[in-house]
Amino acid sequence: MTLTDARKAETDAHLKRVDVAGYEDVDYEVKQRLFEEVMADIRFGDYLYGCYECGICVGACPSAKFYDFSPRRVAQAAAREDVELVYQQMQEDIWECSQCFSCLRCPRGNNPGGIITIMREVAVRNGLASAKEALVGYSRIIYKIMSTGTQVSPDMLRADSFPDWGPETADVADNLDLWRRALPAETMHTTSTGWSVADRTVLELYLIWFETGALDMISQVNPGLHSILLELMEDRLEEEGIEL
Amino acid sequence: MTIPIAAPIDARRRSREAGESVVDKRSLDDPRAELLELERQGELIVQKIDREAISVATKFGRIKRIQKAHLWHHKSCGQCGHIPGYSTSIFWVMRKLGYDYHDPHDQTSCTAWNYYASATSNTAAQAAVAVRNFAAAYETGYFPLIHCGTSYGHYKEVREELIRHPELRAQVRNIMAKLGKPLVLPEEIVHYSEWFHALRHEIAAKQVRDVSGIVVTVHPACHYYKIVAGDAIYDPDIYGGQRTAVVTGLAEALGAEVRNYSTWFDCCGFGFRHILVQRDFTRSFATMRKIEVMKEEAHPDVVLTHDTGCVTTLDKSQFAAKAHGRNVGVPVLSEAQFAALAMGAHPYRVCQLHWHSADYRPLLEKMDIDWEKAWAQFQGDLDRLESGEKRYLDWGDADGENDQGDFLTTPVSHKNDD
Repeated sequence: MTLTDARKAETDAHLKRVDVAGYEDVDYEVKQRLFEEVMADIRFGDYLYGCYECGICVGACPSAKFYDFSPRRVAQAAAREDVELVYQQMQEDIWECSQCFSCLRCPRGNNPGGIITIMREVAVRNGLASAKEALVGYSRIIYKIMSTGTQVSPDMLRADSFPDWGPETADVADNLDLWRRALPAETMHTTSTGWSVADRTVLELYLIWFETGALDMISQVNPGLHSILLELMEDRLEEEGIEL
Repeated sequence: MTIPIAAPIDARRRSREAGESVVDKRSLDDPRAELLELERQGELIVQKIDREAISVATKFGRIKRIQKAHLWHHKSCGQCGHIPGYSTSIFWVMRKLGYDYHDPHDQTSCTAWNYYASATSNTAAQAAVAVRNFAAAYETGYFPLIHCGTSYGHYKEVREELIRHPELRAQVRNIMAKLGKPLVLPEEIVHYSEWFHALRHEIAAKQVRDVSGIVVTVHPACHYYKIVAGDAIYDPDIYGGQRTAVVTGLAEALGAEVRNYSTWFDCCGFGFRHILVQRDFTRSFATMRKIEVMKEEAHPDVVLTHDTGCVTTLDKSQFAAKAHGRNVGVPVLSEAQFAALAMGAHPYRVCQLHWHSADYRPLLEKMDIDWEKAWAQFQGDLDRLESGEKRYLDWGDADGENDQGDFLTTPVSHKNDD
């Protein structure tokens, strides 16, 4: 039995055993480093003040009604510096959160949803299994927002992508170009972006992704997508003579 | 006694040892004053309200001013992409009231939908994206008006972070310098629904359709009033000041009957990532916690809300639920679309209701709108486009400048002079 296993057995009976957890166990030091990344975020001190254990955040939380998920547990684990539990939550819980911020009802002033935002960022930056799994099927969205500057586009409305949205989705897809040209706002005569974004503006966005390390984050969860975005952005910036 | 909350105490101690302010960020009850102080210190530029404005009260009493005209429309990804009649209705109402605006090409998404869904970004990137857009508005002299509830909420978060953290300001200022832009924030961050609320009596004065027989339920958007809650508009005359006044205030000014329901505080179920890749959750929540409760308790003719994700979620989730025999089937509109219809807007040319899923036709009939005639008119427009007579429709087409007659079947009896 390793030291980590012994620690779990003795003190953390509420944690899942490694053989049923469904994700890779790592050394305690790695978990400690991940938690320190969470705490080092400039927002952490603004998001966590303590916990009255009142459960108001859970009562307000939509995800708690449908998943085995608790914003109170997230806030308490972080407040107690429970490194093992925070790691488990980063591998299991954080992607269930709806990010609606109903938990801001907290009378102590905590922001459990904000703590989760930070935990998600750390999970992405470190390529955790939960982040990779959560973002399966999401790569097209990331590509769209990072490369065009708009999140969802009219041409995403396809019957095979949204069969549960009713037959109107197929109507939109079948008439897309015509219906977009029928919009009275000139900026919205587009099908591959929500509105027409100027080339210069897109280049400015690329510079932001480079300068802030946001583009680098993609490499940890989807290396293929990162390569495509990197090549696209470098080529466009080079064409315009913009140096990184 | 030791209280087991190590991390928050450590965070406070670290701030104190670093010489940073340890003032609770919740003390930021007047972000405008904080911004003006930072401007005085040379840290950033504040874009001022420089036209006629209407004063409204926020949750804790701070007065917020809403500029009426000369506005820079910060558009919404989901509105423009999937429910375009939401955006066009905002523009149309502003045009009808005679207020000038700018619809920019040099605007990006706030990128917050993706951020809240995937976390594939970070504080600096999100702040830089926000400030780049604000700088683009500042360069034109038009004052920003934010269409999306999430953009609005996220930008308020970004404002707090920039006010509180000098190192973040320095980083963003450095990035903006490379873009040739200043670090600039507007004096107030204003959501379009605040503009509609502030101008609700002017809107009602232009009303041409009676909506007094229309029963409305309102879904207040989480990112409007839960994020940086103190900046949302409240009014003691609306819900006794216990809920945000936007949307409801407008619906009541138009003469509609707003009815209550018990799950008003619940989110719509959008979930950011869930609406795209985990829709079982979204569908379940939207129908079981919102639509069904509204139907059982209030029997609405229409659900009105004021955010991109909420309209999408509450509207699109009903189809699958209907297949399961659930008690659904109520149209979902933004209050901008509802106001536009009340002011005489065309249901397809302006409000673009053919992009919606839940059946809106019974609502139109109750509003005395001949939707069959209106649809035929719109089909005629499309024929003109297909024949090559025109490449695009414009605002003149939207107002039916070439039409014979009107699609309004009954003259207005209601005129709200409140």
